[in-house]
Amino acid sequence: MTSTAGVAPVAAADVRADTGRRRGRTGYLLLLPAFLTLLLFFVLPFYSLVATSLYDPSGSDIEGYSMTYHVANYWDALQEFWRPLLRSLWYGAIATVICLVLGYVLAYAMAFKAGRWKYLLLVLVIAPFFTSFLVRTLSWKLILADDGYVVDLLQFLHILGEDGRLLATPVAVVAGLVYNFLPFMILPLFASLDRIDHRLVEASSDLYASPFVGFFKVTWPLSLPGVVSGTLLTFIPAVGDYINQVLLGSPNQRMIGSVIQSQFVDANNYPSAASLSTMLMLLILAMVLVYIRRAGTEELL
Amino acid sequence: MRWIREHLVLLLGLLVLIYMFVPIFVVVLMSFNDPVSRNVYRFDGFTLDNWTNFCGAQGMCDALWLSIRIGLLATVVATILGTLAAFALVRHDFAGRSASNLLIFLPMAAPEIVLGSSLLALFVSSGFAGQLGFWTIFIAHVMFCLSFVVVTVRARLAGMDDNLEQAAMDLYATPSQTFWRVTFPLVLPGIVGAALLSFSLSFDDFIITNLNAGSETTFPMYVWGAAQRGVPMQVNVVGTIMFLLSVAIVVAGEITSRRRRAALT
Amino acid sequence: MSQVADVQRERADDSSYDGLRIRELTKSYGVFTAVQHLDLDIPRGSFIALLGPSGCGKTTTLRMVAGLETPTSGSITLAGEDITFAKPYKRPVNTVFQNYALFPHLDIFENVAFGLKRRKVKDVEQQVRDMLDLVELGSQTRKKPAQLSGGQQQRVALARALINRPEVLLLDEPLGALDLKLRRSMQIEIKRIQVEVGLTFVHVTHDQEEAMTMADTVAVMNAGVIEQLGAPAELYENPRSTFVANFLGQSNLIEGTVLGRSADVTTVDMHGIQVSVPTERTHTDGDKGWIGIRPEKVLIGEVGEELDAPGNTIPGGVVSDVSFNGVSTQYLVRMPWGQELQVFQQNTGRVRLFRSGEPVELSWRPEYAFLLDFSQDASAGAQKGDD
Repeated sequence: MTSTAGVAPVAAADVRADTGRRRGRTGYLLLLPAFLTLLLFFVLPFYSLVATSLYDPSGSDIEGYSMTYHVANYWDALQEFWRPLLRSLWYGAIATVICLVLGYVLAYAMAFKAGRWKYLLLVLVIAPFFTSFLVRTLSWKLILADDGYVVDLLQFLHILGEDGRLLATPVAVVAGLVYNFLPFMILPLFASLDRIDHRLVEASSDLYASPFVGFFKVTWPLSLPGVVSGTLLTFIPAVGDYINQVLLGSPNQRMIGSVIQSQFVDANNYPSAASLSTMLMLLILAMVLVYIRRAGTEELL
Repeated sequence: MRWIREHLVLLLGLLVLIYMFVPIFVVVLMSFNDPVSRNVYRFDGFTLDNWTNFCGAQGMCDALWLSIRIGLLATVVATILGTLAAFALVRHDFAGRSASNLLIFLPMAAPEIVLGSSLLALFVSSGFAGQLGFWTIFIAHVMFCLSFVVVTVRARLAGMDDNLEQAAMDLYATPSQTFWRVTFPLVLPGIVGAALLSFSLSFDDFIITNLNAGSETTFPMYVWGAAQRGVPMQVNVVGTIMFLLSVAIVVAGEITSRRRRAALT
Repeated sequence: MSQVADVQRERADDSSYDGLRIRELTKSYGVFTAVQHLDLDIPRGSFIALLGPSGCGKTTTLRMVAGLETPTSGSITLAGEDITFAKPYKRPVNTVFQNYALFPHLDIFENVAFGLKRRKVKDVEQQVRDMLDLVELGSQTRKKPAQLSGGQQQRVALARALINRPEVLLLDEPLGALDLKLRRSMQIEIKRIQVEVGLTFVHVTHDQEEAMTMADTVAVMNAGVIEQLGAPAELYENPRSTFVANFLGQSNLIEGTVLGRSADVTTVDMHGIQVSVPTERTHTDGDKGWIGIRPEKVLIGEVGEELDAPGNTIPGGVVSDVSFNGVSTQYLVRMPWGQELQVFQQNTGRVRLFRSGEPVELSWRPEYAFLLDFSQDASAGAQKGDD
């Protein structure tokens, strides 16, 4: 008989996990339609985009373009449009930070302080999202109008000058961005905060931490995955958005999305538009990679 | 005073929530607006005309109808494709699974302007520059809805107890019976949720649609155009209806699940 | 290893065996083997417990009988029919799962009726009602599982499986999630039901008290093999390996050298003291062995006291720990050779309580001692804290 020396028993769970997934061709077949769709209409377009950005700029929509690997397109576009590009990144960043502050407060309130009303609040957060983006943004145009209540109030408080305005300023654009992307920040934050065991904070206060310290040492680090997702899901679309700028701002706040749009449709300068688009994508990709690496490995506080 | 201190976070949170609803109130309000002039966007007087004369705004109903048609079609296709893909990713093991996961995730991480540009570049370089319209919009919508459907259904599927299917087989259910009687009913809420999400994403999309629509006009494009010319108030009626509809759906969902949970003697 | 030839050879025997027969059943996952060449015969209508620590292979064995895992080799025969590779929905076997696995979207009635409906049985309604009455849930038919308590869900899971009158009912640690009192009452319930319906029950558990209470036969499993198979009393009183001796209850295992063997008795030198162990309780051929004696069989007394029956007397012990448990007092006694022996003294009032530091004499009747293979680990199977 075998010796009964203490074997380290593998937990039954490990044994079962092995048989969870099925092998074979069915998996491929199920995935195939979606995979093909994405391959054709997501991956392939990127190839087209980069190719278009290298076209000879002397072509046109009607005559067609010839591929001359005209890398100078990038430099030309950058020279002409670096301001909107940087501006977009800047507005996006500010909007994201503000969204983080506001969103965290609400998500925290929902996760920790709402009790029974948690899911009702969640519904209320999501509900405005289903009303047309454009229609909502138009409402802001009304709210922030020069003769509206908000401007009057700010003038009364001397925050705005006598003939100061909100519309057609960067403030309105950023405010619009914040408003429209707030749910994208709140939902991942809420998901992350909701998972935190309340007893952990209780344990920290049992161990002499004040609520402030308890927050920074326990809650905040545990909510970081949500913070990372939320900031990414907010920043990336915010940078490319131009609806807020056109409706609430002025040409002085022109953002790169609007430039790309008009380069395609109005100026018919496909190579320029494509190179701007590609640059934007690469910039965002680079920033995201750096961000994820830093947020992943750094021990904050 | 102390009460405020203790509930400070909750109050601040509620303030943020109110802030999120302010424009909705304005939309609802403006749906009853009787504008003095087309170009001045402000509340002038109360009227029910916008509601009764819904299609009075030139071109709005056509745009609305187009958005609905595309939304329904794109939702059906994206939901089916996405559900199949979700099953593949959760239940099956095959080479390239993690690469596929990444591929599914990427469209959600790209800015809309880039997605739209690249699709336009594809259509143009494939020679379809003159045929931008319904089908190009449809394709674009399926593409970006797909990822959301997969993620939603996948979450629901992964959260399912896989013992349940084993229990069904233990109780004499063939694989087909197991799927239709146990797996599918339990995943269905996720599929429905994904479909609703998909429809609203499609209906509300502007940036990608604008680049690939050719001469067609969807509802968001209509509003965009109207913003330059003067917005008809019926637009706010649509906004209000959309809001009420989505609230109604969520409330209905909540009630049916509550009723299922209530004890019946 | 030619499993095909073996199986074919045994088919002649297997087809006549009216019960569950497992032969050479093996399950490996790559380099790790969960179940090794398991042999087991379970007669129809018996209640057998597969007992062992987590990872010993008991659940894997159960799942192979249910058809939810495919054996790597070996055979499973039920009432003469080979079901080794049959699909679970084709086997007359049902399972009560550890976490119940009740269908959340169906009410209790539909859950219990599920198996019957799949088999297209007529007159489902009456059978379901009768079964729910049997498990005392007749009033809850239209509720959903989420609305029931843990104990009620457990009974639904049992009803759902039982109603199909399977040849074998498999229970995968079904009482694990219940609190102590409920667990005790469910153990009695399940046993009662088994006797009443007369089906074969195979119960997997890591709780040795549960196994001994409920089962007619217990198979103690460790690392994929059955260490010992027998009635609970047999296993408890006469363990054949250190693992079984430590896993069921507790044992004192003392090193000894075999002095002589006769037809009735084996004489062993235990640190200078001569003790005897009956031959049928000697489970080793070697020169050395582990002398085993259960703590409740050890008598503790004053130094030089008269014993009420002759037995092995061991002088020189000193009490090192006393633990009063109401029903009994547990002593740790340090012996001259350094080992601490456990003694459980029932508080009958006849013997006084000893205090720490007091010298005492221990004794036990030889018919309670057993001798085990010295090459086995003396701490195998010992439960550390709670399982």
